[in-house]
Amino acid sequence: MNMTRQNEIIKTDYLVIGGGMAGLQSAIAAASKGADVVIAEKADTRRSGCGANGNDHFPCYIPECHGDDFELALRQVNMTMDGGPWQDPTMLRLWLSRSYEVVQFWESIGINMRPTGKWNFEGHSVPGNQRYHLKFDGKNQKSALTKAALDRGVRILNKTPICDVLTNEEGRVIGAIGFDISEDTPKLIVFQAKAVLIAAGGASRLYPGITPAYMFNDAGCPADAGTGHALAYRAGARLVNLDMAGGHAGPRYFARGGKGTWIGLTSDINGDCITPYQDKPSRENGDIASDIWPGSYRDRMQAGTGPSYMNCTRTTDEDLDYMLHDAMVSEGIDSITDHLDQRGISLRDSMIEFGSYNIGLSSQGVDIDVHAMSSVPGMFAAGNVMGNVKGSLGGAVIIGMVAGESAADYVKTVEECPVEGHPLIQARLDQCNAILNRSEGAHWKEAASTLQNIMNDYAGIVIRSESMLTAGLTYLRQLKEEAHQNLGASNSHELMRTLEVLDQIDIGEPMFLMFLNRKESRGPHHRADYTYTNMLLNDKFQTVEKTKDGVVLDFRSRW
Amino acid sequence: MPPVIDKKKCVKCGYCAQICPLDVIKVEVQGSEKEINVKYPDECWHCRACEKDCPKNAIHMRYPLSHLMLHKEPEGGKRP
Repeated sequence: MNMTRQNEIIKTDYLVIGGGMAGLQSAIAAASKGADVVIAEKADTRRSGCGANGNDHFPCYIPECHGDDFELALRQVNMTMDGGPWQDPTMLRLWLSRSYEVVQFWESIGINMRPTGKWNFEGHSVPGNQRYHLKFDGKNQKSALTKAALDRGVRILNKTPICDVLTNEEGRVIGAIGFDISEDTPKLIVFQAKAVLIAAGGASRLYPGITPAYMFNDAGCPADAGTGHALAYRAGARLVNLDMAGGHAGPRYFARGGKGTWIGLTSDINGDCITPYQDKPSRENGDIASDIWPGSYRDRMQAGTGPSYMNCTRTTDEDLDYMLHDAMVSEGIDSITDHLDQRGISLRDSMIEFGSYNIGLSSQGVDIDVHAMSSVPGMFAAGNVMGNVKGSLGGAVIIGMVAGESAADYVKTVEECPVEGHPLIQARLDQCNAILNRSEGAHWKEAASTLQNIMNDYAGIVIRSESMLTAGLTYLRQLKEEAHQNLGASNSHELMRTLEVLDQIDIGEPMFLMFLNRKESRGPHHRADYTYTNMLLNDKFQTVEKTKDGVVLDFRSRW
Repeated sequence: MPPVIDKKKCVKCGYCAQICPLDVIKVEVQGSEKEINVKYPDECWHCRACEKDCPKNAIHMRYPLSHLMLHKEPEGGKRP
């Protein structure tokens, strides 16, 4: 089989790569300011990405609820899962200050932001502080945002993953390459765009999941395969904080995000609470144990004191019914409710074992400024692919909006640049055809499995060292060479998965380099050969970028 | 095969294949017959998008044993 090529080049001002929550919000913002916008989405924007089926918490500052002291709100939000040390304070200030705008806009397009009739804040909260996580019903959020984008003239190309961002000799963005997977035979599509948004989500599947034989059993959307990170990195964008990647927590063998939706207590095998935060289940606060210490479940297993459970046996009947039949539906994780029902498991009697999930990139990635632009002119980023902003719902969509507004201004300042004849187009076509014609080639899962093993065994979350990382990087490069020479695919779907693995390998390499270069232990990075924390690196983010002279690693200050 | 399609209810509209976030379900044409097939079941995220959006309620989710929901009553009985 050979790939076909669409003759027409799709021209636009702003190409949004990934129609998830950040991408849709960004497209709406840019189109509202008059830009011509195209979204390229690998699935279908009505049901794609981590927000595919809903969300139920929107972190926001609403003065009429929280008072006029914005500085207090900043400090307190910074203590929740939407804050923390790996976000630039300037960026937290930016997105929190504009959060109410997005809440009001969502309400205007038919997303139910006040299911109780009033602004109601519940969950993800630190006891004693004000609550900032607006409890809303996001089950229709993707369809509502898709409609809002279409109403504003945004063109949406579904079933169209992107594989390269094109830059000109000056290094600024001029377009992208993607391919249509709606038919068995893939079709190459070339885009000419003055600006692009990288909004392809986080990077799942880099490490073995909780059930290694089933790679798509992941807390976040497993379609988010690190492609955004890879195409930004290849185009020269500076990435940040990849070395600080950790993992989420949730039901042990049924990986699912949305731990903040549970109303229970993190408990030991006797049902006794193991954290100091609260002693009874609280619908108002939720259980923040897994927000601020998601590794707790792994730590206790390794210490021999596990397992740990989400214990809802002391939750009131009313709260339990609300959690299972309202909150989980709003959050889009009612697979849990359905699963429990099918197995006949009652949370009134049984606790659910929780586990710490393995490393994935979500909020580690592209380094952006206050206009959401990366170090590559014309390349913006938003959502889970951001590296210096928390990419969960609030940060994702609000920075997406900022990116759209900035891009609409930026595209007025640059000329269109023809992309036909760009060397990457023929190179990508040749590569895809080679993959499609290897009828006895290696299956993508072979490379994916080895990638996961190398990442876990040589750059895992338990312990790292110079010797292990050096060996692992060598093996990763061997895998890269073998994968490029041997991978085969028999249709467009398999080609998509094959290119995802090659992207994941491309991202594994800078991760290894950053792990090697961080000669200290900090957060999730444990070095056997540098066991101390180097205070000179406090408040600094590690960056990595590809330049003409090779890969450059650096530490920059938070700003 | 995680999403199970009830062939008696399915009208082969293909909407599930269109919206699946993981491209798990495919519309396949065999001769003059169109079939809706769960072609890549082990890539299913079990998100229920297909089940929720099916206009004929023809899909339900089967949760594989690999994804077992580990559960246990508290040792010594439930606390008050």
